[in-house]
Amino acid sequence: MNPAASLAYACNARVLGPAALRAARLHAEWQARGGAGRSPHLAPPLRIAPRCKEMVARHWLEGRYVQGVRKVAWVTSGAPVEFLTALGFYLLYPENHAAICGTARVAVDLAAAAEEAGYSRDLCSYVRTDLGSLFSGRTPVGRLPRPDLLLACTNICQTVLFWYRVLAEHFGVPLVIVDTPFVYGEEASPNSLRYVGTQIDEAIVVAEKVAGRALSARSFERVATRSRRATELWLEILQRNRHVPAPISAFDQFVLMAPIVELRGQAATVDLYAAMLCEVDERIRRGVASVREEKYRVLWDNLPIWFRLRAVAELLAERRIAVVASTYTNAWGELAPYLDTASPRESMIRAYTYPILNRGTGHKLHIMQGMIDDYHLDGVILHSDRSCKPYSLGQMDQRERLTGGLKRPALLLEADHNDMRCYADEQAATRLAAFAEMLEAQR
Amino acid sequence: MTGVSALGIDVGSATVKVVGVDDAGALCWDALEPAQARAEVQIARMVEDARRACDTLGGGKVSLIATGCGRGLVHQAVREVTEITCHARGVFREVGHGGTLVDVGGQDSKVIAIDPGGAVTDFAMNDKCAAGTGRFLENAARHLGVPLESLGHVALEAREEVRISSTCTVFAESEIVSLLAHGVAVEPIVRGIHRALILRLVAMIRSVGLVAPLMLSGGVVCNPAIGTMLAEETGQQVVLPRHPQLMGAYGAALIALEGR
Repeated sequence: MNPAASLAYACNARVLGPAALRAARLHAEWQARGGAGRSPHLAPPLRIAPRCKEMVARHWLEGRYVQGVRKVAWVTSGAPVEFLTALGFYLLYPENHAAICGTARVAVDLAAAAEEAGYSRDLCSYVRTDLGSLFSGRTPVGRLPRPDLLLACTNICQTVLFWYRVLAEHFGVPLVIVDTPFVYGEEASPNSLRYVGTQIDEAIVVAEKVAGRALSARSFERVATRSRRATELWLEILQRNRHVPAPISAFDQFVLMAPIVELRGQAATVDLYAAMLCEVDERIRRGVASVREEKYRVLWDNLPIWFRLRAVAELLAERRIAVVASTYTNAWGELAPYLDTASPRESMIRAYTYPILNRGTGHKLHIMQGMIDDYHLDGVILHSDRSCKPYSLGQMDQRERLTGGLKRPALLLEADHNDMRCYADEQAATRLAAFAEMLEAQR
Repeated sequence: MTGVSALGIDVGSATVKVVGVDDAGALCWDALEPAQARAEVQIARMVEDARRACDTLGGGKVSLIATGCGRGLVHQAVREVTEITCHARGVFREVGHGGTLVDVGGQDSKVIAIDPGGAVTDFAMNDKCAAGTGRFLENAARHLGVPLESLGHVALEAREEVRISSTCTVFAESEIVSLLAHGVAVEPIVRGIHRALILRLVAMIRSVGLVAPLMLSGGVVCNPAIGTMLAEETGQQVVLPRHPQLMGAYGAALIALEGR
């Protein structure tokens, strides 16, 4: 451990930085009490939102000073990370970093840096954003720590394979790939599960070597327990939206989901979501609706459009449309039943083999159909995300089934999660307005 | 002539249309002008003209609904409604049945599924580019030196057709330049660009699912080759309302009439 780095880490990431972030949170809470920035159509954000933001900001702040103090692993959003957390790794999610760049509206500039280096515009905008950040050294979070280990799991897409190979070459560090065979039917074959298990075992060996210590069964179990509890709480929060009117919009969920992705094995995450659930219940008791005049309830499929999150939420709320459910935020809750804390290894194998993007388009349709009933939905917005092919594949057929069989209007909204160049405000507004008119006409 | 009971304005990318309807919803007054750069000035003047016509025809102060891509600029309107709903409403009233409506405008095209009761059940629009729209034909006409008004007739009279592989307006221009440079005659190219546009429309029709009959609206369908070649490609007869270019404004006026 580098003493200078340790001192800088202790001062900045443990004392001064957290104090500044706490002050910022208190200021935000004070402003929220005064009603600052309130929308006429949307309920104010949850009171706990500034705490969530502080927690995420602390994580990225720690990343600025963690080099030389803790081992760092860069991981994909669907990677099995519980053993890394148990081994003391600092985890960095490049996808989350790209999403931060998207909401900060700096993604296009960063993507352009990757494109100048020869990366095609047809690649995922998360990849281009992150590679551009890497090549240019620019990031809205201050500084990204160099990885000591890279872990890519193919359960979200195949792009990560190539993306992480580029990272491995750039940084010259070990890359571990966990390849999860696609689940075509209801169940993964025993061979597939065995194959994933073998790779997780191998990943643990590499991670132990990089960490310089052995994985403690107790720590592993403790982290797995927290992961499961946080996932269960997240799912409960989402399911509270079965209530009419919905207490929390999917747009809020897109922001509040950051800890369940990047901090899910930590005790603070469990506490945060437990408190969030209490506040959501309080909203239900008090009859607070996320969209003040909620009349229509819809589902959002695919990633959000990070750079237009607020604008789309406002546009829909103005027309009394509440986006109450999302297959994307649900993806971090629906795996809760697979997580068995008594056998963390086995539960990891199943939980990380069954994410929605590692299953067929029929499975996603089935999930959406279930959500339409459970959440009492009037329609569906399918974000056809130019960057995320695995998520967008099958949406044409899914839309046909939803409009035909279930008689629910379904809008295919062409956009991109990070690349503003693939988005036209006027056209999107017309599509969303026409969708609202369809909902109105069907009532 | 009966009095005007409601007005609709369709501010499109190429033209601005205003329509007045009487108490029974019949189209009784209209105006159409090419869109000008100073849109708000033009809109104010056209609305004023329409109001004057209402007074002349004995309609008095009537409500106005705005549609089209420039609908947000019509400050005189009581409400904005999208082109999708307005075209569907106008065409349904005009032809009296549902089906699949293809609206080809100056900068966007739409395919709209209309149920037997006149409600929109689904729609598709062109993506963020001019492929499959009037702009595609306009650009091609300019390069080929053919007046826009006679473009459709030239296409229908052509004995041969060359394949234009791109529906991207920019790439298609390059193809046209290249074909002309190789000595290909103008007529087969004109027919080829129509085919490219039609194939783009057919792809959009398929994405919504074709329910007969096929109906057309929008200024571009005044080009006779669009209806003829679309019928050829789909094997369906196409229904053309009397005033295809006015259907958006007409639908807006009908909605204004209902909301009185």
